[in-house]
Amino acid sequence: MEHPHYGFWLPPNISTNGAEIDNLISVLHWFMAVLFVGWAVYLVYCLVRFRERPGHEADISGSAHFSLPKYVEIGIIIFEAISLIFFSFPIWSKVKKDFPNEAEALVVRVTAEQFAWTVHYAGKDGKFGQLKIELIDGTNPVGLDREDPNGKDDILSPNTLNIPVNKPIIAKLASKDVIHNFFLPVMRVKQDIIPGMTVPVWFQATQTGKFEIGCAQLCGVGHTQMRGFFNVMSQEEFEAWYQEEEKSLLASSTEPISGKTLKIAKIQTIKESK
Amino acid sequence: MSVIIPYIDKPNPVTGVTNAKLGIWLFLASEVMLFGALFSTLIILRSSATDWPAHGSDVLNVPLATLNTVFLITSSVTIVLSWASLKMKNLMKFKLHMGLTVLLSFGFLIIKYFEYSSKFHHEHYPSTSTFYAVYFTMTGLHGLHVIGGIITNLYLMGPGSKMWKTEPERFTGRIECAGLYWHFVDLVWIFLFPALYLL
Amino acid sequence: MSQDTHNHSHGHDHSHSVGHELPFWRKYIFSTDHKVIGLQYGITAVFFLLFGFGLMLLMRWQLAFPKQAIPLIGKLFTEDGVLSPELYNQFGAMHGTIMVFLGVVPLGVGAFGNYLLPLQVGAQDMAFPKLNLLSYWVYFIGGVIMLASFFSPNGAAASGWTSYPPLSVVADNGQTFWLIGMVFLITSSLLGSVNTIVTAIQLRVKGLSFMRWPVLVWAQVVTAFLLLLAFPPLEAAGVLQLMDRLAGTSFFLPSGLVVSGEALKVSGGGNPILWQHLFWFLAHPEVYVLILPAVGIVGEIIAVNTKKPLYGYKTLIYSIIFLGFMSFIVWAHHMFMTGMGVTMSTFFQATTMIISVPSIIILTTYLLTLWGSSIRYTVPMLFAIAFLPMFAIGGLTGLPLGLTASDIHLHDTYYVIGHFHYVVAPGSLFALMAGVYHWYPKITGRFMSDTLGKIHFWLSVVAINGVFMPMFFMGMAGVSRRLYDQTIYAHGAAAQPLNVFMSYCAWALAVAQLPFLYNMATSWKWGKKIESNNPWGGTTLEWATASPPPHENFTTPVEVFRGPYEYSSNKKPLPQFVQEA
Repeated sequence: MEHPHYGFWLPPNISTNGAEIDNLISVLHWFMAVLFVGWAVYLVYCLVRFRERPGHEADISGSAHFSLPKYVEIGIIIFEAISLIFFSFPIWSKVKKDFPNEAEALVVRVTAEQFAWTVHYAGKDGKFGQLKIELIDGTNPVGLDREDPNGKDDILSPNTLNIPVNKPIIAKLASKDVIHNFFLPVMRVKQDIIPGMTVPVWFQATQTGKFEIGCAQLCGVGHTQMRGFFNVMSQEEFEAWYQEEEKSLLASSTEPISGKTLKIAKIQTIKESK
Repeated sequence: MSVIIPYIDKPNPVTGVTNAKLGIWLFLASEVMLFGALFSTLIILRSSATDWPAHGSDVLNVPLATLNTVFLITSSVTIVLSWASLKMKNLMKFKLHMGLTVLLSFGFLIIKYFEYSSKFHHEHYPSTSTFYAVYFTMTGLHGLHVIGGIITNLYLMGPGSKMWKTEPERFTGRIECAGLYWHFVDLVWIFLFPALYLL
Repeated sequence: MSQDTHNHSHGHDHSHSVGHELPFWRKYIFSTDHKVIGLQYGITAVFFLLFGFGLMLLMRWQLAFPKQAIPLIGKLFTEDGVLSPELYNQFGAMHGTIMVFLGVVPLGVGAFGNYLLPLQVGAQDMAFPKLNLLSYWVYFIGGVIMLASFFSPNGAAASGWTSYPPLSVVADNGQTFWLIGMVFLITSSLLGSVNTIVTAIQLRVKGLSFMRWPVLVWAQVVTAFLLLLAFPPLEAAGVLQLMDRLAGTSFFLPSGLVVSGEALKVSGGGNPILWQHLFWFLAHPEVYVLILPAVGIVGEIIAVNTKKPLYGYKTLIYSIIFLGFMSFIVWAHHMFMTGMGVTMSTFFQATTMIISVPSIIILTTYLLTLWGSSIRYTVPMLFAIAFLPMFAIGGLTGLPLGLTASDIHLHDTYYVIGHFHYVVAPGSLFALMAGVYHWYPKITGRFMSDTLGKIHFWLSVVAINGVFMPMFFMGMAGVSRRLYDQTIYAHGAAAQPLNVFMSYCAWALAVAQLPFLYNMATSWKWGKKIESNNPWGGTTLEWATASPPPHENFTTPVEVFRGPYEYSSNKKPLPQFVQEA
C-alpha cells in the first residue's frame, strides 16, 4: 500500500498524459524561480544601495529611464502566450477532448456518494444495465436493474477501481448527492463530479501498482474518509479478477433478491469510527 | 465650526450632478446587476432544461399582468408629473400626483396578491417546479422593491415634504431620485412581464 | 455662497453643528463622523481577524496531530478534546468567511477607506454620513449573525466559504445563518461603496483633478466599483439558495438526487454549476477587493519613505483600472475542473493570462520607485517592502493554476491555499499592518513603539513564510485542501511532516502578533508624541490638517496645487496642499 516514492514533490506518474502535465508544471516553476530571483536580487540591491544615510540623497528628477522592465514585461507576455498555445491548449484538448475509441477502451462508470465510490463494469457483454433510482438501497448503491438483460452480468466494485495496464480507460463519472471530485494523484486525473451530469475522463496507465482514489472536493463531514483503491494490474491479473467476479455473480444469481453479490461495505463513516 | 457637505442641493459644477443623484445612479447600477443575475438564472435554467416545466402564457394570468403593466407605466408618468409640479413650485399638485403614484402602486400590489393567492389556491408553490420557483422569486423580489418604493413615496409625500419649506431645491432633488428609482422598478417589470408571462 | 452654506448646515444633521456637546453614545457609538466610523470598522475587523485566526490555530492542531486531544482547551469544544470533523468543517468554512468578509475587507475598505478617503480628497466627511453609520451597523449585525451561528443547534455553516450546493442546500441550519449574514454584509458593502465613490468624485477640493488623486484614493474607488457591481449577483445567489433551503425550490438541485440513501423530495431541474458562476462572478473581483486597498496603502508608504516621486504614477493608475475591469471576466478559472468545454476554458485561460500583466506592472512601478531613492526604514516601510516579494510569490504561483493543464494536478490542493494566502496574508495583511503603523500618528497624535514594531515585523515575516511556503510543496505532492486528516492517504502521510512544521509556524505567528496588539493598545496613551502634524513628511492631503484631525477635518480651507507625489528642486517634498512661493 505504502508507495516508496511519495514525498514533498509531485507523486510518481504512471499515466500516459502525466508526463506533459508534469513537464508544464516544471517549466512554469523554473520560469517563476528565475523571475523571482531576478526581482529579489534587484530588491536587495536597492535596499542596501539606496538606504538612507548621511551624504546620500534621493534622485528626485524622475527622469531615469528604464528599458529593462519593458523587455521583462514583454518577455513575460511572450512566455505566457507560449505556455498557453504550445502547452496548455494542446494538453487540455488531448486530456479532455480527444477521447479514445470506446471499442478499444475499457469503459467503467464511477458513481460517487457521501462518502464512497462504486465502480460499475459492464460485464462480458460490454453493455451497462439500466440504473433505476427506486432500486437504490444499501446493497445496490447505484440502483442497477438486474432484471435488465444488459445488467445481469454487470460487476459492481465498491471503493475499488481495478484496471489493466497499457489500456485506455474511460471512466464516466456521476454523483448521487453532492459535488465530489475524482482524483487519481498518480494518473494526474482530477475531475469534478457534478450531480445531474455524467462527466467522462480518460487515462491510460503505464505501470502496475496499488494506488488510491481521493475525493478532492469538500463533500461533507466524511470528506476525508472518501478514499478508494486504485489498482493497476497486468492484463492477465485483471482478467483473472474479472472472471472471479463474474463467477461469484453467477453463483449468487440463484438467490431471489435482485441485489448484487458483492457486499457493499460503506466506507467507515465518521460516526461509526467514533 | 460645523461639517459642511457641499453639493447636497446644487450640482457639482464639474460633474454636473448632486451627491444624491450620483448616489442613486450607482445604486441603480448595482440593482441592474442584481436583477441581471436573476435574469441570467432564468436563461441558464431554461436553456439547460430538457423539459421546461411550464409556460407563463399557459399558466399565468396574462390579462391581469397586462393591467399591472399599465398601472406601473402610468405611475411612472405620475411620479414625473409630481416632480414637474415641484419645479413649478406647486406643492399641492405634487402631493396629488405623488398620491396617484402611491395609489397605482397599491393597485399593482393588490392585483399581485390576487395572482399569488390563486396560485396558492391551485397548490402551485415555489417548490412545485423550477418555473414557479423563478416566477415567485423574481416577482417577489420585484414586489419588495415596489413596497420599498411605496414607503419612500409615502414618506416624501407626508412628513418628508416639510423640507419643501426649508430647502426646496434639495427636496426637489429627492423627488427626482425617488422618481429614478421608481422608473427602475417599472423597467424591471417591463422585462419581467414578457420573460415570465409571455414566453 | 453664504446662502449655500446656510442651507447646508441647516439641512444637515444637527450632530454635525454641535459636535462637541454630543453625549457619549452619539459621539462614539452611533457617530456619523467618518473618522469614528473608520475606527469602529477597524476595531471590529481586528477582532474578527483574531477570531478567524484563532479558528485556524485550533484546526492546525488537528492537522499536525490528527485525532489527538487539543491540550488545555480541547475539552471546551468536544467531550474528548479532539476536534471533531463536524467542528473542523465548521471552523474551516467560518475561517474563510470571517477572514474575507468580516476581517480583511472591512479593514481595508471600511477602516482605511472611511478614515483616509475624505481626508485625502479634502472633504469634511463622507457624502452621506448617515448612510455611513448605517453601513457600519449593518456590517456589525451581519457579523453577529455569523458568530451566533456557532451557537445554533447544529453549529455554524460547514460547506466551505464557497458554499457549493447541493452540499450547502442539504446542510444543517448553520448555512441559513450564513446566508442571512451574507445578505447583511453585502448590503453593508453596497451602501459603503456608493458612499465611497460619491465622496471621492463629488467632494474633491479645488484643484484635485482625477490624475492628482493619491494612489490610495484610486485603489479605493476601483475597489468600490468592484463591490458595487460584483456583490449583487452573490446577493441574488444567496436569495436563491435561501429559497432552496427554506421554500423547497430547486434552483441548484438537479433531478434525481439520493442523499444518505433517500431520494430527495424536490422538484429538481436546477443546476449546481449556476451557483458557482454567480459565486465566482463576485468572488473573483473580491480577490481584487482584498488586494487593491493594500496596493494603495503600500504605494502611499513607499512614496513617503523613498523621498522621491512614485515611478510611473499614470501607468500605475491605468493598471489598477484595467485590473478592476479585467477582474470581471476571469471568474470561471476557478471552475476549470467542473467539466467545462474547450472554448470556455480557452477564453478564461487567456483572460487570466492577460490579468497578470497589470499586476506585474503595479509591482514593477513600486520596485522601480526604489531605484535612486533614499529609503527610510521605518516600521511601516519594512512591512511595505516585505509586501512586494510576498505579493510576487502570490502572483507568480497563480500562473500554474491559471493554465488548465497544470491546474489538473494542482486544483483544490494546498497549492491553491498557499497561492491565495500569499496574496492576502503576507500580502494584504502586511500592507494593512503597515497602514496601521503609518497612520497611527495621524489618528492618535502618537507614534507606535519602534522596537516593538521591529520585533513584530521580523517574527511575523519569518513565521508567515514558514506557514505558507510548505503549502506549495504539499500541494505538489497532491494533498487536497479541506481534509480533516490527510494521513489516511499514502501521499498525505508522506507530506505530513510539513503539516507539523506549518502548525508550529502558525502558533509562532500568533505569538508574534502579541507585541503588535500591545503596541496598538498602549501607544494610544503612552506612545511618543508627534512633534509636527506631518511626522513622515507626507505630501497628500491628510497631512494638511492637525493630527488627530478635528471633527470637521480641515479648519482652514485647503486647495490642491499639484500631483500627489512631487518634490521641489532642493529635494524637499512638495505637499499637494502647499502653494509654491
